[in-house]
Amino acid sequence: MIERLRAIGRWIDRRLQLAGPIGEMARHRVPRSTASWFYVFGSVTFVLFMLQIVTGICLAFTYVPSGAEAWNSLQALNHEVPAGWFLRGLHFWGSTFMVGVMLIHMIQVFLFGAFKFPRELTWVFGVALMLLTLGMAFSGQVLRFDQDAYWGIGIGASIAGRIPLTGGTVVRLMLGGPIIAGDTLSRFFAAHVFIVPGLLFLCAGLHVWMVLKLGINEWPMPGRVVTRARYVQEYEELTRKDGVPFVPDAFQRDLVAAGLAVLAVVACAALFGPFGPSGPPDPTIIQTVPKPDFFFLWLYGALSLLPRWMETPFVLIAPVVGIVLLFLIPFISGVGEKHWTRRPISVLGVLLAITVFITLTALGSTSPWAPHMDAWTADPTPAQYLVGRSPLERQGALVLQYKQCRNCHALDGKGGQRGPALDRVATRLTRDQLIRQVLQGGGNMPSYGKNLRPPEVTALVAFLETLHGGGVRARDASRSEVHAPTTNR
Amino acid sequence: MDDDDGKKTPDKNVVRPPSRRGVLFGVGLALNGIAGALILSPIVRYFLGRGRTPPKSDHEWITLGPIAQFPEGETRLASYRNPFRTPGDGATADIPCWVRHIAADSFQVFAINCAHLGCPVRWFPQSALFLCPCHGGAYYQDGSLAAGPPTRGLFEYKYKIENGALAILAGRLPTLAESP
Repeated sequence: MIERLRAIGRWIDRRLQLAGPIGEMARHRVPRSTASWFYVFGSVTFVLFMLQIVTGICLAFTYVPSGAEAWNSLQALNHEVPAGWFLRGLHFWGSTFMVGVMLIHMIQVFLFGAFKFPRELTWVFGVALMLLTLGMAFSGQVLRFDQDAYWGIGIGASIAGRIPLTGGTVVRLMLGGPIIAGDTLSRFFAAHVFIVPGLLFLCAGLHVWMVLKLGINEWPMPGRVVTRARYVQEYEELTRKDGVPFVPDAFQRDLVAAGLAVLAVVACAALFGPFGPSGPPDPTIIQTVPKPDFFFLWLYGALSLLPRWMETPFVLIAPVVGIVLLFLIPFISGVGEKHWTRRPISVLGVLLAITVFITLTALGSTSPWAPHMDAWTADPTPAQYLVGRSPLERQGALVLQYKQCRNCHALDGKGGQRGPALDRVATRLTRDQLIRQVLQGGGNMPSYGKNLRPPEVTALVAFLETLHGGGVRARDASRSEVHAPTTNR
Repeated sequence: MDDDDGKKTPDKNVVRPPSRRGVLFGVGLALNGIAGALILSPIVRYFLGRGRTPPKSDHEWITLGPIAQFPEGETRLASYRNPFRTPGDGATADIPCWVRHIAADSFQVFAINCAHLGCPVRWFPQSALFLCPCHGGAYYQDGSLAAGPPTRGLFEYKYKIENGALAILAGRLPTLAESP
């Protein structure tokens, strides 16, 4: 029986002629040091990409790429189609894991100096793969075509609109028309399903081809310096003297890691389910707080924390500089030391990038700069701030609530964090300063001069003056010389 | 015959008369080039999308309804159907905007999109402010910038009053590149 199968196999391969090259590829020798758990992330990313292709094709059987129907078809996937929710979950968590593992892979090859001669182009295609993967992440978020997607494209278009001269054309190319509509979704669908995956396949193929042809980067050693003259010869010697066949020695770890990663995706999809969709893409429902998916939270955060004058240059120039720099890394430092202990600037660069990414992502997810739109009705004035207050001061507390001050100012930890918390404001500002701040605004606060009647200002400031938390109250030294203080609470 | 050509070492100094194969190759290249150019220009126009077929612009006059809907001294949310809508647009064809009726025939119609990153601003009549939920842009009742990251006031639509109805010139998503 087995002999018969072998015969069939031989018959096929006599015509297909693939057993030779595949066998050669599998048995090619790699340095023993690369049969390591540190080297699995590239192949895990590739396997997750395959998983995305499979689940993506499955979703395409139900998903309708139409502005009018996309959201409904996602509801059908979530609630009606058998296992539809699970496939959506796999696709979402697969993308999250793919981006994460890809970034780990990138950090690993960077710290191991894998981009150096002769693997410069492998790195270049790797950077392209990262950009394409992020492109998939953004376009996939648009395909969810819910409220967040609608306003998310709006954010993208607003950023593109800042490009000098060509901004309008870029916005139009992005939206497929003058405004976000059905054509916009069709456009992102074509990009997410045909264009970007096609480019991903091409770049991934070339990336893997070069890894096979140039050999896996050996484990770096301090002092083992890369030179253009000797490296290839040294590498060949290393694989000959201390090499192992790629399959099974190195490949078995890839296999285990890929299995674990896919199992993790399955577990997340089963436990946490699919992501969204949030509300329907109806722009007239404006009671929404749009937020991007987690890969782009850092950008969302950066866009709030930058000073106003710096924003447009930063958004337009920094990504270009960053991407060009990433592409140029192997040409800036294509030879020399590979080991991380001999490359302090690289290590610091990675640490800085990770720190910035995590910090901005954390800030982006809590977004303390965003006003709490319903704090003025949802968060009452804490009772302890009303005990023993005069009628005027209590009236001031009402003004504070009613005029939406709480949307930006917290009391007792509740309310917006856009402006400073007011629990102890009287220790920082004198009565005159409070009046001035309320009337004129400033320091990123609107002026309320036109919107508050004088009695309202008097009441509000009287209430604010009681908020000192028992601390020493701010005092205007010159004023006490002129006339006695008005209140003595 | 063809095989022989490959074996000869080409002598660059000798100008050879164009062979039939050389001419055909050139004709083939030219034909494909022309075909490519003919396909490319409609593709470029195609990618620029609907709406802009000169001399028409991205804007058309759209009515927001009778003036009576907008009480004097108040700012109300209105919405209009995007003039370039298609059947595939669904709910996205309805675009909201803020209408401020100042007095008599004097209005201001603001785009819903924050001038910072296009998020939907909300009107708070109590404090007479527009607030943006994304990054905290704030605008006064006349649309001028009050606080936050935006670099300008709210985008405003041109308006006119016809037969007792308020109409605005709208259609394009307002961005810093092209305000309505």
